Amino acid sequence: MGLTDAIFNHPRLGYYGEYGGAFIPEILRTTLDELTQVFEDARRDSSFWTEFEQVMRTYSCRPTPITLLENLSREVGGAQIYLKREDLNHTGAHKVNNVMGQGLLVRRMGKSRVIAETGAGQHGVATATMAARLGLECTIYMGAVDVERQRPNVFWMEQLGAEVVPVTDGSATLKDAINESLRDWAYSMADTHYVLGTACGPHPFPQIVAYFQRIIGEESRQQLLDSVGRLPDRVYACVGGGSNATGLFLGFLDDAAVELVGVEAGGRGLETGDHASRLAGLVGTPGVAQGYKTFFFQDAEGQMRHTHSVAAGLDYIGVSPILAHLAEIGRVRIEAATDQEVIEALKRMMRSEGIIGALESTHALAGALREVGAMTPDQVVLIGLSGRGDKDIFTIADALADENWQRFLADKAARS
Amino acid sequence: MNLQAYIEERLAERKVLLMTHLIAGFPSLEANWRMLEIMAEAEVDLVELQMPFSEPIADGPTFARANQQALESGLTLDQYFDLMQRATAAFAFPHLMMGYYNTAFRLGHGPFCRRLAACGACGFILPDLPVEEYGDLWAAGAECGQTPILLMTPTNTDQRLQQIGAQAKGFVYAVARKGVTGRQTDLDDELYRFIARCRAATDLPLGIGFGLRSGEDLRQLQGQAEIGIVGSVLLEVWEREGEAGYAALVRDLAAGRD
Ligand SMILES: Cc1ncc(COP(=O)(O)O)c(C=O)c1O
Repeated sequence: MGLTDAIFNHPRLGYYGEYGGAFIPEILRTTLDELTQVFEDARRDSSFWTEFEQVMRTYSCRPTPITLLENLSREVGGAQIYLKREDLNHTGAHKVNNVMGQGLLVRRMGKSRVIAETGAGQHGVATATMAARLGLECTIYMGAVDVERQRPNVFWMEQLGAEVVPVTDGSATLKDAINESLRDWAYSMADTHYVLGTACGPHPFPQIVAYFQRIIGEESRQQLLDSVGRLPDRVYACVGGGSNATGLFLGFLDDAAVELVGVEAGGRGLETGDHASRLAGLVGTPGVAQGYKTFFFQDAEGQMRHTHSVAAGLDYIGVSPILAHLAEIGRVRIEAATDQEVIEALKRMMRSEGIIGALESTHALAGALREVGAMTPDQVVLIGLSGRGDKDIFTIADALADENWQRFLADKAARS
Repeated sequence: MNLQAYIEERLAERKVLLMTHLIAGFPSLEANWRMLEIMAEAEVDLVELQMPFSEPIADGPTFARANQQALESGLTLDQYFDLMQRATAAFAFPHLMMGYYNTAFRLGHGPFCRRLAACGACGFILPDLPVEEYGDLWAAGAECGQTPILLMTPTNTDQRLQQIGAQAKGFVYAVARKGVTGRQTDLDDELYRFIARCRAATDLPLGIGFGLRSGEDLRQLQGQAEIGIVGSVLLEVWEREGEAGYAALVRDLAAGRD
């Protein structure tokens, strides 16, 4: 059994090695069983993937291109660096792949409302978009901290017709938005589908999200074979919950020679305790929360710790059980990049290549920039750019302490 | 202890039993002690003492906030077990641990059950642990007299209720409605139909939880279920009316048993 096959047809349902499962209150059992059944039927229906690809082609610019970063590759002087351009998706991130896919499942289930958690707001915007297009009611739960730092996305979600509910519990970030979504769902499941946005949570979510996101990896593999004539030596992706990384890695999982590197949020540095890493440096430990078993950033008694990252979408306590498993068996290497490294990498890519990456995605670039110089020009690396950075304008402008922007904000505030 | 036998004994004297709930460390360990004393004065039949968790997905807004505040005020596992130990030494009613699975998982199944036993508890309720994930927690509990209390819910299929019923011990915690803790429950035909479905899946006593608010609610359960389980309203009243209001509510609930 290949590794990919093991993820989609594991003998112990919903498990990837020791991780995964469905640790949920009984009230949601029947709903998750129904979802599992609908998903199983869909993926065994040969026309379903074709329908999905058709939607993504006509609604979201798929296939997204790969771009050779000629200037950056030359400057760094190591391997040839290619970027998988998920930032060019409709709504600006890979999140839409999973969302449109789950939208097709919602249709099959005949439900009339969707709910979702969001951190950076990318998944919320994608879900609001899908809901508008399919004529569904939509509620988005978002940590109050994230509502503040991702204002542009809140604005768009509301314009798209979604209700955005700020969550003030706990640390008021992504994990708390997930808790609130699960609570809503425990009451509303008869007519509501929970569009979980990353490869986490109870079975079947990690599998569903990985299934749709693998479109990133499959396209990338073919594109590299077509244009470069070979597979990459290394593939880098940022890891929050793990959906874009899992999706990208799935394209190369059974190519043993391709090294897969996930980059977590190192925040102010792993040694400070102020970060959002779980697997890197083994700062996390196995635990069970939010419906699944994986590595969590938690204390000795199993209480979740406060996470920190400059990137709202990575600011999360858990990680996909699929990645936890792949890291444990040594198939995926996990690193961390600090906020500071990410800001530097972001500036560098803007100036050298004219590409504005999301803060989340730029973690992958920062991780790669550390290593690529030691490689040789005949080698190839592929970096997943999971999203674009427009949404981060406030955070990035703050981090860069851009005076013109600060003056603009002050003027605007004074006038209104 | 044999929980089922205890429940049946108590039912010789009253028409329905009362199980009350509190969250360790909320609003404080001292307040917890007063709550327990009030419960003891009213001769409450069973008590569930919740260990707070940072991700309480099965709890509604009142309990979620209480979980969080208890942890923020520094509640540790040692303090939790210490409270459990003092409570079981001082009060006659059986005490159940209620909480989330991560607490048991992190401690290890054996140490978790042994520690509860050493504190005089008689079992545990873990609402995020489904029966197929118990593994050796069944054996660990049985070895030191800790009864795992399982939950049945209205959305479960009959087949699933059978599966749960086959593993249940002591009594079954029947969640009277959809949603999380804290919402109101109507004691209506739908509830009675659900109770009938639970009965078909188990011969154990049934405790009805989620949303009971008054002695009148308890009275309506007489002849329908063996235990009424009360949580959110107690916390709300403690916060709104303080100790005196709390004591009056516990007395009212207790009177609903006869
Ligand atoms: C652009 C972007 N990349 C990455 C992530 C992290 O999620 P995941 O690890 O599931 O890809 C997010 C989450 O919000 C995001 O918006």
